[in-house]
Amino acid sequence: MSRQLAMVAAINEALHVAMAADVNVIVLGEDVVGGGGRQDQGIEEAWGGIMGATKGLIKVFGPERVRDTPISEMGFLGAAVGAAVTGLRPVAELMFIDFIGVSLDPLLNQAAKLRYMFGGKARVPLTVRTSVGAGLRSAAQHSQSLYNLTTAIPGLKTVIPSNPYDAKGLLLAAIRDDDPVIFCEPKSLMFKTGEVPEGDYTVPLGTAAVARPGRDLSLVAFGAMVDVALAAATTLAADGVEAEVLDLRSLEPLDEPAILATLAKTGRLVVVDEAPPRCGIASDVAALCVDAGFDSLNGPVRRVTAPHTPVPFSAVLEDAYRPTAERVVAVARELLG
Amino acid sequence: MEHYRRMRRIRAFEEKLAELVNAGRLAGFLHLYAGEEAVAVGVCAHLGDRDYLASTHRGHGHCIAKGVDVRGMMAELFGRASGICKGKGGSMHIADLDKGMLGANGIVGAGIPLAAGAALTAQVKKTGGVAVAMFGDGASNQGQFHEALNLAAVWKLPAVFVVENNGYGEATPTEFVTPVRDIAVRATAYGIPGVIADGMDFFDVYAKAGEAIARARGGDGPTLLECKTYRYFGHYVGDNLQYRTKAEAERWRAQDPLVLFERRTVADGVMEPGNLRRIDAEVAAEIEAAVAAAEAAPLPAPEDVLRDVYANTGAGR
Repeated sequence: MSRQLAMVAAINEALHVAMAADVNVIVLGEDVVGGGGRQDQGIEEAWGGIMGATKGLIKVFGPERVRDTPISEMGFLGAAVGAAVTGLRPVAELMFIDFIGVSLDPLLNQAAKLRYMFGGKARVPLTVRTSVGAGLRSAAQHSQSLYNLTTAIPGLKTVIPSNPYDAKGLLLAAIRDDDPVIFCEPKSLMFKTGEVPEGDYTVPLGTAAVARPGRDLSLVAFGAMVDVALAAATTLAADGVEAEVLDLRSLEPLDEPAILATLAKTGRLVVVDEAPPRCGIASDVAALCVDAGFDSLNGPVRRVTAPHTPVPFSAVLEDAYRPTAERVVAVARELLG
Repeated sequence: MEHYRRMRRIRAFEEKLAELVNAGRLAGFLHLYAGEEAVAVGVCAHLGDRDYLASTHRGHGHCIAKGVDVRGMMAELFGRASGICKGKGGSMHIADLDKGMLGANGIVGAGIPLAAGAALTAQVKKTGGVAVAMFGDGASNQGQFHEALNLAAVWKLPAVFVVENNGYGEATPTEFVTPVRDIAVRATAYGIPGVIADGMDFFDVYAKAGEAIARARGGDGPTLLECKTYRYFGHYVGDNLQYRTKAEAERWRAQDPLVLFERRTVADGVMEPGNLRRIDAEVAAEIEAAVAAAEAAPLPAPEDVLRDVYANTGAGR
């Protein structure tokens, strides 16, 4: 039987593989050691990251390469950019993407632009791991899906896995990429298990995957919304509707040919995104379909997104906020007429 | 001799730029470094190519002091394909990683954590290198300054933070926005040494920067070095300077770093005025040649706008 791992364990394994393979890979962030590494006090292991994704690294790779930072996102992300441009391959953890507000300049004006501003003479092999998404009752400042923000910045890459296999392969690809990559970890999926091969493999950045083939309509999703789309596809199958689910996996580079290919196959497309609707990935995908796939369209491109509100706390409210399989099914049925 | 040449090269470069802008031959936002030469050259005299320097919007002097080629710089300012950044950076983004120049920077304070990161690389890879951030008094009120100093101090990074206190953040006098007279005292908050140097005096900067850099190289952690200095031109070329008096500018010009250097070295018998005038003439010719070469150099192709965004594909779209 194939080996099953939680996404957090797959991420942990990717970090072990990357650090063992390349001495230039370092890991830094708040609580990534979490107070461990104090053998003299009998505290060899401690948090290893808020979710445990960096557990065990300190024991294998030591305090030089695995560093707790101050709660100082602008400072340590800025330092990570400086380290990347001078020869290290840092993996920084931005505990929640919501904290990008206090740390944007190093990403927006430094990491994203140094290569271009320097006429192509710099490399910025920086990976920023950050958790995204709602569903854990963590309210408006710990639940956002701000990947649309990083995707909108030329010079950055942004990826988001929907399962443990892709999490390990995409993270290894991100760490080995010579550009800054924002690696989004959907927090509601961190403890969900799936098949993960041992050893070293990568999932190339910029390639979408067909998560379920179909011919009647396309459901485009990514991150936690892939499961929502798959559940919707299962419901639709009971009506005899074969929905194709496309998992984007990478938001920049965006696999435009894969989106246009599924649209060409089915003629109808729904895009599901748990971020608010304005200036987001769903709008971007819809615009692509209209711009470059108009002749394939047999109906409007429909978006299923969160509302244009902050993420609420109360379970009832949060559940009403997030896109559900039922909403996707309802929109799909409208589209199919 | 080389120190004088570099200071003169900065002065001549900046005076030439002012002339070119005023004659309408050069465009863009230009922040000139003239007056502060002793700081850049006094600090960089201790640095080699394995050492990094992160600079500011007022970066030409730092680049020249760090050994960046002035022809490449001038071509960059003229937006030429032969520019050091292929015309993509301009004045505020001149960089040359081979020379350890991490770039001028258009965001006030942003170079400070970049230098901390370069120092982290030196520490982890044990290169023996150090990293220096140069920035203004204005940047010392930015969060990036405080966060980077805290990080560098707690990790004992081989870094030196050099604040060029020229008395003004753009047009606003430092005392309007900074509650301490000496920015060096802020080092106390991070448990590192804070040192004050006369930024007009090459020898004072040289001595104090030397100690700070040796300390960093020796593994004893960062230092905050404040150099009191003055910018001769305004914040940018075109600044009408309504916010400061002629008398104040005269007082500072009386301590001109090049004049002070000459006075002292000639008095000590280590330099002869004739040799210094020969350097002045050589530098002037070098700058003229750089301008002529830049003006004659080809412009980038419009399609180059798409190149150098990403490393593996190279292109944007």
